[in-house]
Amino acid sequence: MIPRSAKPRKTYDFIIKIFAWLASLSGIVILAWILYTVIVKGFSSFDLAFFTELPAPPGVGGGGLANAILGTIVISLLASVIGIPIGMLAGIYLSEFGKNSNFAESVRFFTNILMGTPSIIIGIFVYTIIVLQAGNFSAYAGAVALAIMMIPLVARTTEDMLQMVPSSVREAALALGTPRWKTILDIVFRSAKKGLITGVLLAVARISGETAPLLFTALNSPYWLNGLNEPTANLTVTIFNYAMSPYDDWQQMAWGASLLITVGVLAVTVTTRFLFKEKTKNKII
Amino acid sequence: MKILSKTSTDRTNERTSDKVFRILSLAGAVVILIIMLGLFIELFNNSLLSIKKFGINFLIADIWNPVKGEFGAAASIWGTLISTLIAMIIALPLGILIAFALVELLPQKISNVIGTAIELLAAVPSIIYGMWGLFVFAPFMANYIQPVLQSIFGETGLFAGPPLGIGMLTAGIILAFMILPFIASVIRDIFLMVPAVVKESAHGMGSTLWEVTSKVTLRYGMQGIIGGAMLGLGRAIGETMAVTFVIGNSHKISTSLFAPANSITATLANEFAEASEPLYLSSLIELGLILFLITFIIQVFSQLWLKKIKKTMGVQ
Amino acid sequence: MSTEQVKSEEAENRKPGKIEVRNLNFYYSEHQALFDNNIDIEPGKVTAIIGPSGCGKSTHLRVYNRIFELYPEQRAEGEVFLDGENILSPQVDLIELRKRVGMIFQKPTPFPMSVFDNVAYGLKLHYKLTKNELRERVEKALRQAALWDEVKDKLNKPGTALSGGQQQRLSIARAIAVEPEILLMDEPTSAIDPVATAKIEDLIEQLRGKYTIVIVTHNMQQAARISDFTAFFYEGHIVEYGVTKELFTRPKKKQTENYITGRFG
Repeated sequence: MIPRSAKPRKTYDFIIKIFAWLASLSGIVILAWILYTVIVKGFSSFDLAFFTELPAPPGVGGGGLANAILGTIVISLLASVIGIPIGMLAGIYLSEFGKNSNFAESVRFFTNILMGTPSIIIGIFVYTIIVLQAGNFSAYAGAVALAIMMIPLVARTTEDMLQMVPSSVREAALALGTPRWKTILDIVFRSAKKGLITGVLLAVARISGETAPLLFTALNSPYWLNGLNEPTANLTVTIFNYAMSPYDDWQQMAWGASLLITVGVLAVTVTTRFLFKEKTKNKII
Repeated sequence: MKILSKTSTDRTNERTSDKVFRILSLAGAVVILIIMLGLFIELFNNSLLSIKKFGINFLIADIWNPVKGEFGAAASIWGTLISTLIAMIIALPLGILIAFALVELLPQKISNVIGTAIELLAAVPSIIYGMWGLFVFAPFMANYIQPVLQSIFGETGLFAGPPLGIGMLTAGIILAFMILPFIASVIRDIFLMVPAVVKESAHGMGSTLWEVTSKVTLRYGMQGIIGGAMLGLGRAIGETMAVTFVIGNSHKISTSLFAPANSITATLANEFAEASEPLYLSSLIELGLILFLITFIIQVFSQLWLKKIKKTMGVQ
Repeated sequence: MSTEQVKSEEAENRKPGKIEVRNLNFYYSEHQALFDNNIDIEPGKVTAIIGPSGCGKSTHLRVYNRIFELYPEQRAEGEVFLDGENILSPQVDLIELRKRVGMIFQKPTPFPMSVFDNVAYGLKLHYKLTKNELRERVEKALRQAALWDEVKDKLNKPGTALSGGQQQRLSIARAIAVEPEILLMDEPTSAIDPVATAKIEDLIEQLRGKYTIVIVTHNMQQAARISDFTAFFYEGHIVEYGVTKELFTRPKKKQTENYITGRFG
């Protein structure tokens, strides 16, 4: 038995540490690179017209994405109105009623699977059940697609947050004669308020930045919103269309829209992170 | 009010309001199941036309001709698999190194900053990755990385063809950037779950920091890491916008990583809105069905795996 | 390597270590946990460290292998001499130090690998051995830890498959496989059942002489049973230190007497 010199071990350790530092810094570098790009390229698009006017034809210049901004807001709102209540109810069921039953376990199982389903597949699904049946693209279809994405997200965070409320709180309320529904919606919700709001906000932010589900549901439009049963302008599909186009001014518009979306999504993410630091429990386990 | 109610029949003597509430919440849960079922049914039904026409050949035919009405998924499937493979090869080791740095190596303050940067990266919408990929990173690849690779390995085989910037390799790298934050935070969470005494024991034996991590911590958390890798894989396979922008959208299978390629998601994103002809549409939906089945299987495996390790980690 | 070389190496490694602590002060950030600790640990003997919860016993022990340095807000000031060398000096090679000072923790900590690989861990880290040498050393360590008979058919099973008491003896086998001079034990039996505890106490009895053992315990009877010397800690100070029999029958300080007779815990 011969002693091993510790030197090669230490050298190896040192090299790995260097790579680990580099890998970590690369995370910051990429983030900075992306943000820098979006800000620099997008900011020059920001003028009053951008926020108030309809798109101009390519090559003409000027114009704006006011309809797309409105469209994104409207579709996201509609999606939230559909998706949040359903998701919350599902989360409430899993946490308060189903608990560990076989049925609840299978709901959880499929909720996770739905969460992992590609968003473009959801878009195709809604296309077949709404767009094909109605014969036209619409904001409704887009909202439903986004809502389907929201439901498992909201259900998961709702269940997680409600689970964090100690059972003694529920028992105290019930012991006073409070009906079950009031115990949950009033008392338990109040204890979990921060986490629930965080979960909801993050879900809304997440779907507002989505493109694929809207590609063949809400489609896009160069006009003002004229009812929810029509193809509706929205920022993300606009970015896609304009970026892939050969026109410089349209590509410039796409950057402006990108900046707007990025700022919106990151702002909500950062704010909620400050609001509630322990929310990141729901990774995989 | 009397305690004993005349109308009580069920086990818990629910008041109506509670009953309604329970049913409503149950309905919410059922909606999820209905959606899952609906996905299967609709995707399958709408693919029938294409399935009947092309059969099993659809999976291996490297042809995509909307004009003639001949469709085969091989190029799209190939692109999906290869770009995902590239992404995993890059993201897994990097994710381990970053988790190692965040948990064991970096001083607390720096670790927090980098941790935040990684969470922000995870929040950036994929279309933004696509924009940055197409207009900034692809030119960077074309001007700096691809020529270097070609000078080292020669302009043949994997690195044949003009350095366009877009293509299979770039798509794989952008995908890696997209799933890296997720994988890094999963592995970081797992490293944090390994009990301090175990790590201290390894240190106490005279191990270097990396030896503790690689010989003990990683092994301890291996099952969780595999679960996380599976989930990351599922995400990479289903990723649309980032890949669509940079993969090049060519329905030809090539051996070169620099060549434009296609993925199922990119094909769908680019062509779905224009497909007016029923067979075309059905073929596209069949592509979607294939993607759905692939991700479904991966998801099922991950869920079962995670269930299994939850039990064993409880024992430890 | 010739047998004589191996044997002479063994003879060298076999010398149990001596620890001398001079003016040791310890801080968790701004809070001071150890005050002017001075103590000489006798080589080849079992020294017990007793005292109420939070008195600094474990903190003191964890200075001996500098394991506290994993936590940046903890720091030690003073000098701790292992065979004449100050281990708190920044020049010290931690890997070398931890080769010579082994540690057993309160919770058994089998590594996620087979029983064999657990015991082999330190050996493979610090030495180049042939397969045969490795197998011999692993068997020797397991025999010394009184675990060989129970695991000789299970060497490939995961370390975590053993019972709690066996896992702790496995941790001990792992530590003594590299033949350290000092064995630190931080409440090694508080998390295992009484039968297994008795086995480990027997084991400590057997290891005495070959190793210098320092054992932190909150169980006074255990200290009285197995140790040659005992140090009584209170609120970060070493109140009394002496031969175990005397400390327990004729304690010199009132505080010691109060603790031993159970007036506070």
